[in-house]
Amino acid sequence: MSEVPTDRVIIDRMANSTPQAIALGFEAISMAEGRATMRAPWRADLVEVVGSTALASGVITTLMDHCSGMAVAAVEEDRFPTATLDLRIDFLRAAAPGADVMVEAHCYKSTDTLAFVRATAWDASPEDPIATVQAAFVLNGPQSPRPTS
Amino acid sequence: MIEKIARLQAYLDARPYARFLGARADSRDGNLVLVLPFSPHLIGNPALPALHGGVIGAMMELSALSQLSLDHPRHSPHQTIDVTIEYLRPGRAQTTYVSAHLKKVGRRIANIQVEAWQDSPAQPIAAMRGHFLLGAEG
Repeated sequence: MSEVPTDRVIIDRMANSTPQAIALGFEAISMAEGRATMRAPWRADLVEVVGSTALASGVITTLMDHCSGMAVAAVEEDRFPTATLDLRIDFLRAAAPGADVMVEAHCYKSTDTLAFVRATAWDASPEDPIATVQAAFVLNGPQSPRPTS
Repeated sequence: MIEKIARLQAYLDARPYARFLGARADSRDGNLVLVLPFSPHLIGNPALPALHGGVIGAMMELSALSQLSLDHPRHSPHQTIDVTIEYLRPGRAQTTYVSAHLKKVGRRIANIQVEAWQDSPAQPIAAMRGHFLLGAEG
């Protein structure tokens, strides 16, 4: 994947002007050709339970939903996901203590109205995933106005 | 029910991420519910505005795990195996309620269904089905 984003404006909007993404400290790494990569930096106030030092699964769920939406937006400039239809998540293991979590999402198919995405979350290596996702999104048409923020 | 609410609230108080969301315990129509008061940091789509889908999903997972922990306490924590989240309506900028139903609790695996709503439980904004691995017996 290219490290040079195709559309810095979209990246900025999805990573930097979504209040929940800002609140969780999400960082957009790259976005190109139906693929998006994001990071959730580890933070003490985002762990699951007192005494644990792994990021909560809810943070990973939100990162995977968000990054999957970005992958859809990375397919075509004038197509935006208007809503997540469904999200199936397999939790393979807990995140490592104190580790940032990365997600790479791939929009592998889109039609006039729908987009299908697979995503993987990991900490140390994508070969040892924390969670995998299969998601479907409803799209707005090319004629619809882009969401403003 | 007051004692159940207090136990659920204690569960939430021990969870930094639940506190980040602002989740609290209450009851509605005789059922234990998680309540998520609206807060601007929960927004995922500023244009509508709508709650972030991840927040709604996280609340439903939290509801499932907390209900399982209250009804079936174990020595070690329960773990999420897989979940399917279905989004039915946009989560608007208002209070959200979440309630979990334990459909089957076996020796090792639990099947749980969860619904989230705002105005009325008859008009859910999202639903979740999931499998959970029960923690080890003490």
